[in-house]
Amino acid sequence: MGESKLDLLQGTLDLMVLQTLAAIGPQHGYGIARRIEQASGDEVLLNQGTIYAALVRLQQRGWIDAEWGTSDNNRKAKFYSITRGGRKQLAKDAAYWQRLTGVMLRVLSIAPEGGR
Amino acid sequence: MGALRRALARIHSFFSKPPLDADLEAEIAAHIELATQENIQRGLTPLEGRRQALIRFGAIDTAKFQQREARGLMKLDILLQDLRYTVRTLSRDRGFTLVAILILALGIGANIAVFSVVNTLLLRPLPFPNAQQLVWIAPPPTKCGLSCATYSTDGYDTFRAGTHSFQDVTGYFAFSSPDNLSLQIGAGAPVPATSIDVIANFFPLLGVQPAMGRAFMPDDARDGAAPVVLLSDAWWRRQFNADPAIVGKAFGMNGRQTTVIGVLPRSFDFGAVFAPGAKVDAITPLNLYGPPRNEGNIVTFIGRLKPGISLAQAQQDAAAVAPRLCNNIKYPDSCGNYEAVPVPLKDYVSGKLRRSLVVLWSAVGGILLIACVNLSNLLLARAAARAKEFALRSALGATRMRIVRQLLVESLMLSGAGALGGLALAALLLAWLRSQGAIALPLLGQLKIDGAALAWTVLIAVFAAIFFGLVPGLRMASGNLQETLKDSGPGSGSGRKHERLRSTLVVTEVALACVLLVGAGLLLRSFLKVLDVDLGFEPQHAAAIMVDYDNSSPTREGALQKQTLILHQVLNRVSSIPGIQAAGIVDYLPLGQNRSWGTPFPKGVKPPPDLSAGPLVYVATPGYMRAMGTRIRGRDFTWDDGPKSTNVVMINTSYARFLANYVNWPDGSAVGRMLSDGSQDMLVVGVVDDVHEEGTEGDTGWQIYYPITQNFPNSAELVIRTTLPPATLATSVLTALRELNPKQPAAEFRPIQTLVDHANSPRQFFMLLVASFAALGLVLAALGIYGVISYSVTQRTQEIGIRMALGATRSNVVGSVLSRTLRLALIGIAAGAVSSLLVSRAIAALLFNTAPNDPIAFAAMVLLIGSVALLAGYIPARRASRINPMVALRNN
Repeated sequence: MGESKLDLLQGTLDLMVLQTLAAIGPQHGYGIARRIEQASGDEVLLNQGTIYAALVRLQQRGWIDAEWGTSDNNRKAKFYSITRGGRKQLAKDAAYWQRLTGVMLRVLSIAPEGGR
Repeated sequence: MGALRRALARIHSFFSKPPLDADLEAEIAAHIELATQENIQRGLTPLEGRRQALIRFGAIDTAKFQQREARGLMKLDILLQDLRYTVRTLSRDRGFTLVAILILALGIGANIAVFSVVNTLLLRPLPFPNAQQLVWIAPPPTKCGLSCATYSTDGYDTFRAGTHSFQDVTGYFAFSSPDNLSLQIGAGAPVPATSIDVIANFFPLLGVQPAMGRAFMPDDARDGAAPVVLLSDAWWRRQFNADPAIVGKAFGMNGRQTTVIGVLPRSFDFGAVFAPGAKVDAITPLNLYGPPRNEGNIVTFIGRLKPGISLAQAQQDAAAVAPRLCNNIKYPDSCGNYEAVPVPLKDYVSGKLRRSLVVLWSAVGGILLIACVNLSNLLLARAAARAKEFALRSALGATRMRIVRQLLVESLMLSGAGALGGLALAALLLAWLRSQGAIALPLLGQLKIDGAALAWTVLIAVFAAIFFGLVPGLRMASGNLQETLKDSGPGSGSGRKHERLRSTLVVTEVALACVLLVGAGLLLRSFLKVLDVDLGFEPQHAAAIMVDYDNSSPTREGALQKQTLILHQVLNRVSSIPGIQAAGIVDYLPLGQNRSWGTPFPKGVKPPPDLSAGPLVYVATPGYMRAMGTRIRGRDFTWDDGPKSTNVVMINTSYARFLANYVNWPDGSAVGRMLSDGSQDMLVVGVVDDVHEEGTEGDTGWQIYYPITQNFPNSAELVIRTTLPPATLATSVLTALRELNPKQPAAEFRPIQTLVDHANSPRQFFMLLVASFAALGLVLAALGIYGVISYSVTQRTQEIGIRMALGATRSNVVGSVLSRTLRLALIGIAAGAVSSLLVSRAIAALLFNTAPNDPIAFAAMVLLIGSVALLAGYIPARRASRINPMVALRNN
């Protein structure tokens, strides 16, 4: 079962969305979902539909903006862009994640006592 | 800040659902569209591209649901859905809804009304600022009446100066009679009214400000001060047409021009606090340094504690000062006989009622329980009919939580509607109670539905909803889905389980009703026993009216002669009115005011030193005993017992028996013996029956009667005895009095029976309330029995049809239904009787001459509830016997 995909931790999807928007600029929901899938090397289990709950949550907090626009191939789609508040939040959350992963790595690398 | 912003956004989203949903819809469509496009570009067929896009997207409805949940107020949405659904289902089932709301309205309404009474009388402070500081100061209760509960004016001065725990001490004159004030407006007939004399600091101490004008000042109560009066709000409105310029006007009151200095606020009613059931129209200042100075014990004490002083400290303080009080400081031997114990004024006003109110409160609690059980039962019956609906809903994906929640919403809506109905009912009941001025209960005029009562309403409505809604709700939600869907009704397991639960509920209901009924029965028996008490006088066919007379004379002897002449004339004139059998005059009627003057003792015998107080004193004319219907052994007073002849008295049986302990009277009778009170001798000419003075219940004390020909009465109550209904004589008696004395006010003509009724009114009031609650409980229990039996008859229509087809007669069918009813009722009655035995012990203190396990009350109640149960079962039984086997077998 080593091939099974990762379940997303609570709150991590929001951070992924913010990072994606900060990196590639305004993007529609499908584009964001695709980028996350690609960036994760298709490792996360993401029903693309779940992204819309995250989007409305971020929008209500004022961290992203939304506007209807036209896509590259001339389709109407809703485009999301990160706000100044969103960037601040992203910086905060990213720092937090980095610290947490650092700590987790160190803790997980503790060798058994008797192994010396 | 993010959180607040999000909350606002959520609320906004809640109210703009359609545009947001359309937006989401469009966004998802665009998403699928974009994904399909990309898949096609990757080389998939359009159909496969779209399929893949949809797979990657996941469940569209779930995504929408998640988005809505994240954006709006999903909980509220569901609640609204439930509410709409409930309104729809309830309005479809109108009969059930109406019955349920009616039952709840009755149960909740009774609870709100009683809570308001309890709140006003027990929980809420008295209607004065910082009322917890107010104390009533009196000796521990004794049998010598008001005289022992009051103090002399010298005592007042000593107490006020000697104690240190009170901000101030005040009081009022305790011996005012009703209609003691005669108001003269213009040339018309004088109008009778009731006034109370209070010490000048009375209103400042209570913290009561007049609504208009000013309160009394010390100068108003000095010798020779111009007479002034404060009007009660009610009297000002009734008698003076709410004249806004009344302050400063003067009226003839008791023959003196008296200036109105103010009108009391509507919230202050002297009678409601200090003399329940009496109306007090006017308040006048008590002159502590004038004529009443030497009249003995005349004032009550009311104190206001200093801030931070505890009741115990005040009691110590009072106990230390009380022995120094004197009846009259000029006579040292009149000192040292006083005790004074401050108790919270609130306890004095309503403390005696606590037990009754708690019983009343429990009774309405019982009613609410019965109503809830009843409703639970109704809901269970409904649940059986709706089981399939719920099975279907859970099959379609409703969670158990969701179904229970929906049922709870339904119960809450029912109990909410019931609570509204209950509030209306309670408001009516309270309005009626407020107008019952004649009930001798304090503070009735203050009854209202206030914030506390509203909070209580919400509390019991929620409690009721959970109580009656939860059992059927859980039962329904726990059912096995498939079983229920398959279950076609009669004979199946779950139907039977329902029925057992319903039977248990009915048994509970019957048991509760039984307890209420037994309680009511015991109180009713007590009340009847009280009505049967030999009062020592005959209240029927007698009436009293206050007589105005003027005995002013420079000498004591002259005044005695003058009053004898006038009152003799009055009695002669009144006795000649056709229909009047007997007439007499006394100064205090039974069950009203009283006083004592000391302890006359057999001449030559030294009274024991520890005698607390003497007999109650009445000053009467010849003929008074006959008019009251009190029996005399010996002789009555005569008009010849004048100021110069031997002093005579009559004493009551109790006092005669007490005195007989100290002397050896040859034939044991006090008649013809000489008594002495230290200053004068008096001959006992008659021994009379013990008259109930303080109340119709309890023991009677010692009483002594002095003749009006030798003593000064405090007032003159003319008592007549007649063969006609007393009210028919009111005009002719008043006309006769007016002929003799044009100043006679149109005083109230009071049947003696009303005095007795007034004394009995609190007991009657509680008895009636508990009895009506019990009746309500009985009706509800009958409804419950009817419901269960009727339901089971409907369920077993087929079975009954088969039995009748196989030869069962109608009476067989009726008998089997009735025996089932009886079985339920008997189990309930047995449980109820056992609980009643426990409960009745708790109310034993409220009973009068009735044992808590009074067999008659128990038997009557068992019979009553048994026959009502049979009746409730008979109706469905009859229906069962009329079942047409053909029709029953054909229908399913």
